[in-house]
Amino acid sequence: MTINRRGFIGAGLAVTASLSAPAVFAQNARPKVVVIGGGAGGATAARYIAKDSKGAIDVTLVEPTRTYYTCFFSNLYMGGFRTLESIAHSYGTLASEYGINVVHDWAVGIDRDARTVSLAGGNTLNYDRLILSPGIDFVDGAVPGWDINAQNAMPHAYKAGSQSELLKAQIEAMPQGGTFAMVAPPNPYRCPPGPYERVSMVAHMLKRDNPTAKIIVADPKPKFSKMALFQEGWANHYEGMVDWIGSDFGGGNVSVNPDAMTVTIDGEETKVDVCNVIPAMKAGRICEMAGITEGNWAPVNGHTMQSRMDENIHVLGDATNQGDMPKSGFSANSQAKVAAMAVRGALLGSKVFPAKFSNTCWSLIGTDDGVKVGATYAATDEKIAKVDGFISATGEDAALRKTTYEESIGWYEGITSDMFG
Amino acid sequence: MTRFFALLVAAAILPWAAVAEETADAIGDPTRGTKIYSKCSGCHLVGPNATDRIGPHLNGIFGRAAGAHEGYRYSKSMTRAGNDGLVWDLETLDAYLENPRALVSGTRMSFRGLKQAQDRADVLAYLRTYSDNPANIPEAEPTARKHEVELTPEILAIVGDPEYGEYLSSECTTCHQSDGGDDGIPSIVYWPEEDFVVAMHAYKRKLRPHPVMQMMAGRLSDEEIAALAAYFGRLAN
Ligand SMILES: Cc1cc2nc3c(=O)[nH]c(=O)nc-3n(C[C@H](O)[C@H](O)[C@H](O)COP(=O)(O)OP(=O)(O)OC[C@H]3O[C@@H](n4cnc5c(N)ncnc54)[C@H](O)[C@@H]3O)c2cc1C
Ligand code: HEC
Ligand code: HEC
Repeated sequence: MTINRRGFIGAGLAVTASLSAPAVFAQNARPKVVVIGGGAGGATAARYIAKDSKGAIDVTLVEPTRTYYTCFFSNLYMGGFRTLESIAHSYGTLASEYGINVVHDWAVGIDRDARTVSLAGGNTLNYDRLILSPGIDFVDGAVPGWDINAQNAMPHAYKAGSQSELLKAQIEAMPQGGTFAMVAPPNPYRCPPGPYERVSMVAHMLKRDNPTAKIIVADPKPKFSKMALFQEGWANHYEGMVDWIGSDFGGGNVSVNPDAMTVTIDGEETKVDVCNVIPAMKAGRICEMAGITEGNWAPVNGHTMQSRMDENIHVLGDATNQGDMPKSGFSANSQAKVAAMAVRGALLGSKVFPAKFSNTCWSLIGTDDGVKVGATYAATDEKIAKVDGFISATGEDAALRKTTYEESIGWYEGITSDMFG
Repeated sequence: MTRFFALLVAAAILPWAAVAEETADAIGDPTRGTKIYSKCSGCHLVGPNATDRIGPHLNGIFGRAAGAHEGYRYSKSMTRAGNDGLVWDLETLDAYLENPRALVSGTRMSFRGLKQAQDRADVLAYLRTYSDNPANIPEAEPTARKHEVELTPEILAIVGDPEYGEYLSSECTTCHQSDGGDDGIPSIVYWPEEDFVVAMHAYKRKLRPHPVMQMMAGRLSDEEIAALAAYFGRLAN
């Protein structure tokens, strides 16, 4: 009797509730996740959420470009080890096999109270959880004389695609014995070994086509990632070609003149043929617009990758301030999986396991001369903290270096299929 | 394993000079080892004028890098292990002879392994008499050895939870392709669970040399390794 009565009351409540419309419709509909940015972090997160929720979550991926060129291996393209097509990826499989709604547009505004994203094309998207993985933008005025309008005269090539093509073409057009200059960025920035792998690849190409050319690097840092390995490699492969000017020697005191094609390092002006300016970086601008940045980056909670300022937003990859992980594609991919699990846990109540992260960055110094550095990480309440790590040693034999390079090729296949399906 | 461990402890308390001169007798019984070597001799020659047969000759094997004997065509897996820095010393030889695939998954040596620690010790004592440069023997530095976990039958018997394995696997698929592609990085799908478990423990115990995999395996518990083995073993496309 009692049981029946309870049952009846329960059913009655449900009826009443369903009459008080929209709130309940939202509850019954599939929860919505919007992902902004289809790069290493965003594509991975979208794919994992769609794959593991088996359709129970409605996933929309907002990305302006139809072809994503990976920054990783774009230096190898510069050195002639890869073609541009080989680092190009499209979103077709994410849409067709994973049911992700891929929207090619820019996100131009986020209303955190209404939980909506507005797009440049005029549409608005609702979300229950928002994932931001917009990568980096450059800090205005970081290199005196350079701004984004100078990116054709002095490319950054720190977002891959047409910028990479342009820089490569400029290097190929250098006169014999000409000068290539790089202005390296201050910490923290995307891909710590990136500029130095680039120097190696540029040297590789010049050694073949333009052996009397010179490379100058003006660096605002006193030392850099895998420095001993790179310097050993430069001495082995490109003796006398690379002049690295660290901050101890005035490398941080630099300005450029894109019209005159000059670089002034510590008061000394040099005319150059190609100048690759990699300015200081900050989180992709949409983070600032969402009001979730502190300084240049978006602080996150490492257990879930939630923004410290809004628990309905998860931030991934280069845009974050998370602790010890370097800004790399590997890191972004690793963080995306933790966020995907947390989002499914929050929206569907699925099991949530403790967050684990890892990173390995390979760099190519010359033909078959690969090196790597890597670490594992765990989330603490303060940050993502390093647990354990390793780095290639100087003086390793050629067979190991070749194996290491071959591994990086395997990794590229692995991570890109992990991102794009 | 226990007996082998005791052996290492014994080596560790010997004075330095004696360790450096470690003789066959300190490893096991070379005379008994001669008999056990008959299990190897169909494939491996050893001694004066030994040449390569199905397997490479085993003169000077102590201190030699794996897959490094010139003129012999090793498997891809053995070559990779050597490139990664696998060197034959008492400990790595013991692990290889116990279960060749635990140390080198794709090895061409089709040999089931010597399950008795004493048999391995004795055959290695015998081989030691054909390795004449004690200075090159890495086991002369017992302190350099890591002994973390022993791989017991209980560990092998753990039944893995594939759901947990699926979550953990997302950390692996950044490098290992889930469709089994294997350029540059070996495939780890569809393996028999036990082979997977022993391989992971060989990294964890730092018997296998690769630094990335040592690091990845190093922080996995026995249950997590079993869960991964269950998940990847079953991954069907
Ligand atoms: C030369 C170079 C070499 C590198 N080599 C390596 C390497 O070997 N290994 C490695 O792990 N990492 C490497 N990296 C680093 C790696 O590329 C980045 O760390 C990684 O791409 C970061 O991922 P992300 O998701 O944060 O950003 P991204 O991959 O840059 O993705 C961001 C995406 O967001 C989109 N976006 C931005 N704003 C908006 C908006 N408002 N609305 C919609 N979409 C938006 C962009 O179009 C872009 O596609 C390298 C980087 C460079 C530059
Ligand atoms: C059925 C043939 C066969 C038998 C039996 C066999 N091996 Fe092997 N062994 C091989 C082959 C083949 C290789 C090369 C493996 C590879 O390339 O992966 C090898 C490799 C080795 C190596 C590594 C050599 C190197 O240069 O890196 C050692 C050590 C070894 N065997 C020892 C033994 C011992 C000791 C036994 C007996 C207990 C034994 N093998 C039994 C075929 C055999
Ligand atoms: C950073 C890249 C990377 C990650 C991440 C990674 N691996 Fe590996 N793995 C490798 C490489 C490279 C090798 C080859 C190592 C060698 O030569 O011994 C390897 C080898 C292996 C092997 C032995 C394969 C063989 O044929 O001998 C197994 C098993 C394995 N990995 C499992 C895993 C598991 C499980 C994970 C996740 C917990 C994982 N790996 C994560 C790069 C990686």
